[in-house]
Amino acid sequence: MATMVSPVEVAAEVKGRFGAYGGRYVPETLMAALEELEQAYDVAQTDPAFHAELDGLLHHYCGRPTPLYFAKRMTEQLGGAQIYLKREDLLHTGAHKINNALGQGLLAKRMGKQRIIAETGAGQHGVATATVCALLGLDCVIYMGEEDMRRQELNVYRMRLLGAEVRGVNSGSATLKDAINEAMRDWVTNVRTTYYILGSALGAHPYPTMVRNFHRVISIEARRQFLEEVGKLPDAVVACVGGGSNAIGAFYEFLPDASVRLIGVEAGGRGTALGEHAARFQKVGGGLPGVLQGTYSYVLQNDAGQVSSTHSVSAGLDYASVGPEHANLHDTGRAEYVSCSDTDALKATVALSRTEGILPALESAHAVAEAMRIAPLLGKDRIIMINLSGRGDKDMGILARELDLKGAGPATPKGSL
Amino acid sequence: MPIEFKHKPGIVAYLTAGDPDLATTRDIALVAIDNGADVIELGVPFSDPLADGPVIQRASERAVARGTRLSDVLALAKELRAARPACGLVLFSYLNPVVRMGMRQFCAAAKEAGADGVLLTDMIVEEAGEYLAEMKTNDLAPIFLAAPTSPDARLKAIGAASKGFVYAISRVGITGTQDKVASDAPQLVARLREFTSLPIAVGFGISNAEHVKAVGEFADAAIIGSALVALIEKTAPEAAAKAVGEFIKGLRAG
Repeated sequence: MATMVSPVEVAAEVKGRFGAYGGRYVPETLMAALEELEQAYDVAQTDPAFHAELDGLLHHYCGRPTPLYFAKRMTEQLGGAQIYLKREDLLHTGAHKINNALGQGLLAKRMGKQRIIAETGAGQHGVATATVCALLGLDCVIYMGEEDMRRQELNVYRMRLLGAEVRGVNSGSATLKDAINEAMRDWVTNVRTTYYILGSALGAHPYPTMVRNFHRVISIEARRQFLEEVGKLPDAVVACVGGGSNAIGAFYEFLPDASVRLIGVEAGGRGTALGEHAARFQKVGGGLPGVLQGTYSYVLQNDAGQVSSTHSVSAGLDYASVGPEHANLHDTGRAEYVSCSDTDALKATVALSRTEGILPALESAHAVAEAMRIAPLLGKDRIIMINLSGRGDKDMGILARELDLKGAGPATPKGSL
Repeated sequence: MPIEFKHKPGIVAYLTAGDPDLATTRDIALVAIDNGADVIELGVPFSDPLADGPVIQRASERAVARGTRLSDVLALAKELRAARPACGLVLFSYLNPVVRMGMRQFCAAAKEAGADGVLLTDMIVEEAGEYLAEMKTNDLAPIFLAAPTSPDARLKAIGAASKGFVYAISRVGITGTQDKVASDAPQLVARLREFTSLPIAVGFGISNAEHVKAVGEFADAAIIGSALVALIEKTAPEAAAKAVGEFIKGLRAG
């Protein structure tokens, strides 16, 4: 028998596909690390001790399960479907990101990697990673676009306070995509000693699957809470989609429930021209299947295959590609993807703050805006769950500027509510 | 035509096409060939060159900003082939511009342009089914990267899938110059030889005659990338071809 491994034989073993999407498109130097990671993850996943430690920390350290909250006043004001909030904003560090950062941090520890790197857009994943590194005694370097460092300054301070080194990235548009490029360059260089905690359901296999699985807890809890506390499943689950980690976590357990609409909300930014938004799935926007940062998915690009710059008021949604599992859910029609403008997200931020006393992250406000749009169109017996993926304290600088909060009276966003 | 290293060691010259402009890239490539480069790697500039260090990142950014497209690089390849029928010509790209053009269209266009081979930075052997089929249809050499971190099973697959030559990455990291040839390199080349009889070219951090000589001790060719791109960056466009010619000639002086 020939001992040569033909590429075709190897190809048969490739995992990590979601329909046509996903896969592994990385420099060869990273392949050994991805294989090591996949193997370690596969073992951890079937190890009760790993889950016991993770679940214990998710409960005692992070505050899981997060509440499912009926937003009564917002429901009354909208006059249609009942609005429920899955309160990921109440998790330790203020967003869903800690679910994944903690899972991967524990995995890194198991693998004996002392040095952690991560990228961050809004800073929530960076803060979650810095937090986990403090908790587990690991060294931490966070890559962040300089534009994002400006607009999410408070999170930069938090990361530094937690002991992380924050490295600014000024290439490209100095946002999330550029931070991922730089993190991958670091990983290629230090691959033997470093674990890369990728913060969204993106990148090369096994990341999209692994990150989704660490966030599945959102829909596992929510589905159970609906059945136990409300007595039925929601009619729609709405979540914002940047890379798509909170959305895939919120959707996943509802995938077999055909009656539950799954709605992802992308950043519509300030217009439909390429560069003015981060709406990869919107027909006019310039998003087409392509390869960026290790995975095959929808990518905002020009007709020569150069990746486009993006715009969103929310740093966490300001990304040219999207997780490959969403690309498949989009093509199969199981999930719907819409977009919401900067202006509508700001209005939704004010609306949720004033009706419920809950300040959403600008990312999550995109989901709130879509729920506000569709709730009045649905009957009062219908139920919408918003995955409130994060809280908005980090956005106060932007909100102060955009909403004119420096005057004496209450804020009014541009346009009326 | 087959890629051939007439010199020992051979020299592969990487150029970011369109930096500073396509006409200058053409002039530089011609002079490089005339001064002893066996193979020209024509780099397609990309917006997100995540395997590259700052030098090639900047060159890529400049070329993209000038609007350099994959189709322009193919046209340039065709010009080079017409002018220098015997030189080795490899198209070097990240995957997305190729995906955008269409794998089948790209491979046919590369053949039509007269290229000998193609290297796709972020294409690994496991994902290469369609790519390898199209390369075969067009009788082009798919060149894969081998890394010091690649275990033997991967080196086997890389050796089996490659034609023309195998690109051995001298060290763990991104592109860019360094003082010495990395100590990872000889061992990687020795491991690769177990699995392939193809020529092996060593790249990453090769920037002077001393490095080329050192590579010649254990490999078939040296790949010069960032050092050339940096030279072009700091030289006025009208003087770039001459400077590159002298630089390539100097690489043989060691």
